[in-house]
Amino acid sequence: MTILDAEQGPIDEGLFDPPAGDERGTSLWQGAFRRLRRNPSAIVGAVIVVAFVLVAIFAPVLAPYEPAGTQWISQVTPSSVPGPSPGHLLGLDSFGSDMLTQLIYGARQSLIIGVVSTTIGLLGGAVLGLIAGGLGGWWDTGVMRIVDILLSIPSLLLAVSIAAVMGRNPFAIMIAIGAAQVPIFARLLRGSMLGQRRQDYVLAATSLGLRQRRIVMSHVLPNSLGPVIVQATLVLATAIIEVAALSYLGLGSADPAIAEWGRMLVKAQDRLQSDPRLAILPGICIAITALGFTLFGEALREALDPKSRR
Amino acid sequence: MLRFVIRRILLMVPVLFGLSVLLFLWVRALPGDPARALLGEKATPESIASVNAQYGFDKPLLQQYLIYTSRLLRGDFGNSPRTGEPVLGTFIQRFPATVELGVAALIFAVVVGIPLGYLAAKRAGGWLDSFAVGTSLAGVVIPVFVLAYLLKVVFAVGLHGPLHVLAFLPSSGRQSARIDATHITNFYVLDGLLTREWDASWDAVVHLILPAIALGSIPLAIIVRMTRASVIDVLNEDYVRTANSKGLAPGLITRRHVLRNALLPVVTVIGLQTGALLAGAVLTESVFAINGIGSYLFTAISNLDFAVLQGFILFIALIYAVVNLLVDLSYGVIDPRLRTR
Amino acid sequence: MSALRPTKFLRRGVAAVAAVALAGSLASCAQSERETGSTADEAGGGDFVFAASSDPVMLDPAMASDGETFRIARQQFEGLVSAKPGTTELEPLLATKWEGSEDGKSYTFTLREGVKFSDGTDFNAEAVCANFDRWYDWTGVNQSENITYYYGKLFRGFKTGKTGGIYDSCEATSPTEATVKLNTPFASFVQAMTLPAFSMQSPTALEKYNADDTQGTEEDPRFSAYATEHPTGTGPFVFDSWERDQQVVLKRNDDYWGDKAKIDRAIIRTISDPKARTQELQAGNIDGYDLVGPADVQPLKDAGFQIQNRPAFNILYLGMNQKNSALKDVKVREAIAHAIDKDAVAKSSLPQGSLTAKEFMPNMVEGYNDSVKDPAYDVDEAKKLLKEAGQEDLKLKFAYPTGVSRPYMPSPEDTFAVIKSQLEKAGIKVTPVAAKWSPDYLDMIQSKGGADKHDIHLLGWTGDYNDPDNFIGVFFGTKSYEWGFDNPDLFKALAAARQLPTREKQIPAYEKINAQIADFIPGVPLAHPAPSLAFAKGVEGYVASPVQDEVWNNVTVTR
Repeated sequence: MTILDAEQGPIDEGLFDPPAGDERGTSLWQGAFRRLRRNPSAIVGAVIVVAFVLVAIFAPVLAPYEPAGTQWISQVTPSSVPGPSPGHLLGLDSFGSDMLTQLIYGARQSLIIGVVSTTIGLLGGAVLGLIAGGLGGWWDTGVMRIVDILLSIPSLLLAVSIAAVMGRNPFAIMIAIGAAQVPIFARLLRGSMLGQRRQDYVLAATSLGLRQRRIVMSHVLPNSLGPVIVQATLVLATAIIEVAALSYLGLGSADPAIAEWGRMLVKAQDRLQSDPRLAILPGICIAITALGFTLFGEALREALDPKSRR
Repeated sequence: MLRFVIRRILLMVPVLFGLSVLLFLWVRALPGDPARALLGEKATPESIASVNAQYGFDKPLLQQYLIYTSRLLRGDFGNSPRTGEPVLGTFIQRFPATVELGVAALIFAVVVGIPLGYLAAKRAGGWLDSFAVGTSLAGVVIPVFVLAYLLKVVFAVGLHGPLHVLAFLPSSGRQSARIDATHITNFYVLDGLLTREWDASWDAVVHLILPAIALGSIPLAIIVRMTRASVIDVLNEDYVRTANSKGLAPGLITRRHVLRNALLPVVTVIGLQTGALLAGAVLTESVFAINGIGSYLFTAISNLDFAVLQGFILFIALIYAVVNLLVDLSYGVIDPRLRTR
Repeated sequence: MSALRPTKFLRRGVAAVAAVALAGSLASCAQSERETGSTADEAGGGDFVFAASSDPVMLDPAMASDGETFRIARQQFEGLVSAKPGTTELEPLLATKWEGSEDGKSYTFTLREGVKFSDGTDFNAEAVCANFDRWYDWTGVNQSENITYYYGKLFRGFKTGKTGGIYDSCEATSPTEATVKLNTPFASFVQAMTLPAFSMQSPTALEKYNADDTQGTEEDPRFSAYATEHPTGTGPFVFDSWERDQQVVLKRNDDYWGDKAKIDRAIIRTISDPKARTQELQAGNIDGYDLVGPADVQPLKDAGFQIQNRPAFNILYLGMNQKNSALKDVKVREAIAHAIDKDAVAKSSLPQGSLTAKEFMPNMVEGYNDSVKDPAYDVDEAKKLLKEAGQEDLKLKFAYPTGVSRPYMPSPEDTFAVIKSQLEKAGIKVTPVAAKWSPDYLDMIQSKGGADKHDIHLLGWTGDYNDPDNFIGVFFGTKSYEWGFDNPDLFKALAAARQLPTREKQIPAYEKINAQIADFIPGVPLAHPAPSLAFAKGVEGYVASPVQDEVWNNVTVTR
């Protein structure tokens, strides 16, 4: 669906200019944080992400009405939806709910879907990646072949297939989107763990006689986390967009009036010509949020990239 | 070289095999009776019985799998219970439309993306760079069907008011219904050229413009980024610096060294993006009413036509594998260093 | 480019030569099939391009039951009788006169003279009987409901296999007179003859192209050459070509017996996305399309397009499932009926021109009863009834379909949202249950397994022809999972009314049944939504029909 696929690898070409400055003597994370602060697009991304999270958390305080209220449906006709008025700053939606309320609660819905599905993808990928990267040998080959197979199916189709099996319930979409990310996380984690295993400190630990599991858990895993965190940030953006695509394919939530951006956007296609506002507002919300997570994720990737420290 | 090809093909076998197992289990995992799931609304006790016999859903699991695979190997992907047509036949008939669209999208992405990435690299940090990066991000953060609709409303259907003049392109389909075109290969652009019906060919090209831009936005983003990154890398390489100091004309350096090296990532992108392009085609084709495999799948998803979905996913995986094989082979042609591997 | 080595050059040269040769050889075997000189504007008629929502299943209407196959068939084929343009009244077509016997078991048709099929053979009484016998003689796969739905449903049986039908025989008493005998009365027999499934086809062509040679299985039939390439009828258009999933092209029948078509070609393009159909019309690529979305009507009108409302011959209702014990209580059902503001439902979610409904059939159907009880919109009354029934905390699972637009239900989501908010005002809690139209929704509503998943639901029906049994007989004829009630009185009354020999005798019986249904309140009839058609400015002569009996011979297109 999007370009944020794992094949690019955790450490990709940088998008932005390598920050200058001497950073010897700092840890990976401290250095990364310092570089992030100097990167304007990271700041823009971070501001969007923070604003989005705040809106999502404080939706009940911020929103003027109840979500999915449909109280004003009698004002809606097939040919017109009331636009902005003093009582409804952004007008109504086509089900007669307050548009501003719907958008604010939509942020909450997106955050929930994004976080839950990313967590599912992360946990599933971590299990597979740990098996493959940690145990190696036949385990590695077997698991990675399955991952290869799943990767050859576009993630949107994978999500559709999973959603079809799950039936129509509130968690189906989250699980579908999350599960579709499992192979990506698995490959990422394994790749980065294999990279770490070749590092000197692992050799040192091995020669000290530390047990394999101990090395993996306390050394390799923590150091492999960077790219995974980056990927998780980017997957949040993907999730928000894929929800819209799944809604477009008719696999969305059962309540048509629900405050969910993708659903609102899809519904608004009917009235795109007569009232583009209905499509543009949720569209902007999706684009800005996805942009925020993407900018922040890219900047984080850049900041954690050892190459960019030269 | 030949050994490499054979090895790669052999490596595809377990992947496809594994996928067939997964897909087989997937239909079993669908809610309800598998025969009913495959048949859909027209299921009658008799038709359920006949599907059970056909797929052997009443037999032990292993035997069912063997029946299923032997059908696949014979090229029988089953029939769509909704339309009654064989899935594979429909794919083959509709495939040219999707290939035409995919190629047009890649052409758009390459023609726009490489210069944009190149210029961005040359002026890294400048406004052109920001513009290129911004454009590439737009392709990521705007859902493809939304972009498709926007393009269609602005450039085909027309907005109200003065902006209506922008609407000069066809809004859907592959060719105007009023054109009397002869179709041989079902690649409409090619058909027009072969039969010398130039107007038909041109008409097909014009119909491709908007869908190609919408779908091309997906690979465009990566192509811009990869071109930019690799050009920056190459510009810093010693041999380019040497060439520069030798006083070679900059144009020649660009052609000989920089762009040639930049081709590599583009080819990689084609390999990586085949799947994404096909998934994007599901959305794009349905917006532009193009009768390719994408819109066929869209209908299949809308109707939960699992026979079609199952066949389609296998088909996509096969295409993905073949395209990536071709991509790997072309590395050898583009980059001599990789040839010996 | 001086660095170009000879080997490389050579290689490229060879490749180039090969490419040219390949292209050349392809081009030499590729032949344009264009007919030169016969372009559209020459004859002045031009093309009429109409967008359909899906491909026809095939071209032989006798084996079809879907609207798109019928739409195309109506241009090429004619039945013995038809519906008068714009109404459901009968009108002569291939038969100029018809007469039913007193016992309702025999019908005599006087046929139009001088009519020829498009293959040049004569249309006469023998051809009529050949068609009747063809239907009756179907065997094997052809008897399946999936293929010959209408014959199976209305004549209820064949000569062999699934026997026990009501058809007895057909006799050509003279070249212009055919008598059809039935063994059980069927009061709607002549009305049923308006269906394209019973249109007259050329016996010669049927035989020549093995029309009944359906291969494959019931759910996966492979139709004959006749049904896919050689449909032959008496209508104003003849078949030209069919490009699957793209378009069907029909040409004017220059030997047509009636008003010859004014356009040269009728092109039916398949565009499945309703929004794409709208946009194609706006972009000028098509001249008209069916099933305009309610939201598109006003913008199209504003932009100067013509909108025609098809007289509503349908019903949209809110079904109630009495498997739910609360809904078994008629007071609760009445309360729900009082809670719904049908005017608001129509205003907010249905196209302009839709009428609200008070019984389960439109008023143009014979047997409609003007004086039935219709619970008025009254929230307080609804609350009072719920309280009396002890159901103040009523919770209902409300099912609606997604991804579908039906003539009687153009935007189910919107209708659902309106009704949900109305029920909530009356204090009823609503849980939305959404399902894909096909197969999930119908499965859930109509099968045993789905009975627990919905308490109330949206559904409807479009009539095939003017027959009360085609409405209420379909809904309430027997015990069903959709309604979940057992009302033997109602079932018996419907069965008795169906057996009456003539329409005159049926009308009072059905009026009584409608009153009976209104007292029982099995569901709430909501509205008769008016499906709309849209046309470009220059299209004239298209008359919308309530039963879709639209023939395009009088259509003209000026650009």
